Amino acid sequence: MQLQARDFPQNARAALGEERLQRALSRAPSGFALKRAIAVERLPEFESLRERGRAIKDETLAHLDFYLERYEENVVASGGKVHWAKTAEEARQAVLRICRSVGAKSVTKGKSMVGEEVGLNACLEANGITPIETDLGEYIIQLRGEPPSHIIAPAIHLVKEDVAESFRRAHDRLDAARSLEEVRQLCAEARAVLRPLFLAADVGITGANFLVAETGSSIIVTNEGNGDLTQLLPRVHIVMASLEKVVPTLEDAATLLRLLARSASGQEFSAYTTLSTGPRRAGDEDGPEEYHVILLDNGRSALLGGEFQDMLRCIRCAACLNHCPVYGAVGGHAYGSVYPGPMGAVLSPALFGLEGSAHLPNASTFCGRCESVCPVKIPLPKMMRHWREREFERRLGPRPYRVGLQLWAFLALRPALYHAVFGLLARLLGWAGAGRGRFRALPFLSGWTGARDMPAPEGKTFHRLWTERRRAR
Amino acid sequence: MVEERVRVALFVTCLVDLFRPSVGFAAVKLLEEAGATVEVPLAQTCCGQPAYNSGDRESAKRIAEKVIDAFEGYDCVVAPSGSCAAMIRCHYPQLFADDPAKRARAEALAARTYELLSFLVDQRGLCRVNARWLRRAAYHDACSGLRELGIKEQPRRLLASVEGLSLSELRGAETCCGFGGAFSVKYPEISEKMATDKEADIVASGAQAVLCGDLGCLLNIAGRLSRLGSSVEARHAAEVLAGMAEDVPPIGVPR
Repeated sequence: MQLQARDFPQNARAALGEERLQRALSRAPSGFALKRAIAVERLPEFESLRERGRAIKDETLAHLDFYLERYEENVVASGGKVHWAKTAEEARQAVLRICRSVGAKSVTKGKSMVGEEVGLNACLEANGITPIETDLGEYIIQLRGEPPSHIIAPAIHLVKEDVAESFRRAHDRLDAARSLEEVRQLCAEARAVLRPLFLAADVGITGANFLVAETGSSIIVTNEGNGDLTQLLPRVHIVMASLEKVVPTLEDAATLLRLLARSASGQEFSAYTTLSTGPRRAGDEDGPEEYHVILLDNGRSALLGGEFQDMLRCIRCAACLNHCPVYGAVGGHAYGSVYPGPMGAVLSPALFGLEGSAHLPNASTFCGRCESVCPVKIPLPKMMRHWREREFERRLGPRPYRVGLQLWAFLALRPALYHAVFGLLARLLGWAGAGRGRFRALPFLSGWTGARDMPAPEGKTFHRLWTERRRAR
Repeated sequence: MVEERVRVALFVTCLVDLFRPSVGFAAVKLLEEAGATVEVPLAQTCCGQPAYNSGDRESAKRIAEKVIDAFEGYDCVVAPSGSCAAMIRCHYPQLFADDPAKRARAEALAARTYELLSFLVDQRGLCRVNARWLRRAAYHDACSGLRELGIKEQPRRLLASVEGLSLSELRGAETCCGFGGAFSVKYPEISEKMATDKEADIVASGAQAVLCGDLGCLLNIAGRLSRLGSSVEARHAAEVLAGMAEDVPPIGVPR
């Protein structure tokens, strides 16, 4: 399944017609939103925490080079290694080199959006290494050959019947007559299947929610514990993270963690919050022999100092997805990008180019709910508008729309002409629509009248009536 | 209520001008009752949002300059729309961020520009209106007014004083109706889905009427309601508050 962002309208149309997807969407994202609201209600200082979170991220981004170098020094001091990757290809090659150096046959993976961004699984498979996703949602979509549809709940587009079907197909050695009706049964089966794979893996790859400059630690938050097994059991642990994940201190990370879980799933804290600092030391009971960090840029440093810098504050909580009515209507796959929803609408054009993803910043009503729940106060609508400005400057939009807009702007700048034209339009439409009071179809507005009536104007414009009444006095 | 008179310029908005002049007259009546002298600068057209939100920043700036020219010199500017008022209040200063002289003028106008219902309550101290309307109604919070201008309590407070009117809350009162200007014609199916969800919430609330402070949302909601064969009527809240609801049929209903 390979969806493209440039096909967003068609993808969205198809998504709106999928019964199971719509059933899944009617519950899940809004469920997260409700839990978030309760968690926020219970923390009076949440608003001031958001301000702190924003300040921490802004300070880090203002001195990103300094904190990244500091981070690397401390990773090295704790026995690990940092691999700087300018592009997705460099990141894939770095992972491949490490895997080959230990003769890896299989790797377990905790959930990593950066792994998704660089297309790591396809690369590993092409090189004879089997990637095994261990986050339950990621595991399910890996079996189905699908990309994630949500940045923290990758299989949110599915209902349990979908999962049962996928398990029956993939786990074909198990008893075909077994019951998979309950979520509990699905979880138990995934656990049983994954356990030996955890033990057999040569390399474990995780993402990182935060990288701590002062200690060289990486932090992941999970609810399943799969991340811990992924990074502790194999001989080699690889952390894949993009460079804006760095924060100055553990204290800063703690502040952001308080925002993250509440914003994401309405939890006060995730079930597991795991810090990793370097490989196993002498005397440690467990841990990997090697600890590597792949630090991905992939277009991010180009955003520094520009109008999209604020996007680098994102901590990937998905609150903007969970509260977005457009995401809630069509789900994540329709966006055709690893990063869907409002944060993806800003990030995708930056990472993958505006030409192919110009629909994404347009597919918003600017209702502003995303910004109002963002834990680090990213002005998402404003940045989507900036992308629309780039699109307009580069004349990427549809020509009829551009021409219509120019014509309208021409009129709007000439009040006398504007009032003459709209006065005429009001009379014409008022006369034509007087019988029903509305139109079921209108030329040039089939997009509107396909699903809605267009209420008819009253007949005279306000300006006309106002002038008439003034004269009559 | 605040006693001293103010000179208010009415920013009619392009949608009210074209589709629903009665909203403009309702606004004038409410403002005059609240002690304002209302004038309507004839050089006004539109706030420029269509250009601004389509990425045509230059046209948006030129239109904004025209608006600033036309509306300077009044005590206040009031629009019967949270969306247009927020455009002037929140976005005009940003448009001229790199031009100190124009920015100062934009900021001066922004500071004096208000959405109608919040202006009546917050600036004029209006607590109740003299109107009667026998309906069970729901108020839909238009997104710009709600999130950019903090309009939530003001319309409800005024509507609560209308004799015979009972207000019910919508389940997704703060969820967008799917209008979004050009969004509704660029992505009609998504917009339709959002409007359908809104219709379901309105029906579930048991309301006979849906009220809102923005005509854009109302055209969308009314259009979807009538397409679905619903008998729920849609109106701008100003018509009800001005006691003019019986004078004009609901949006999309013939005279």
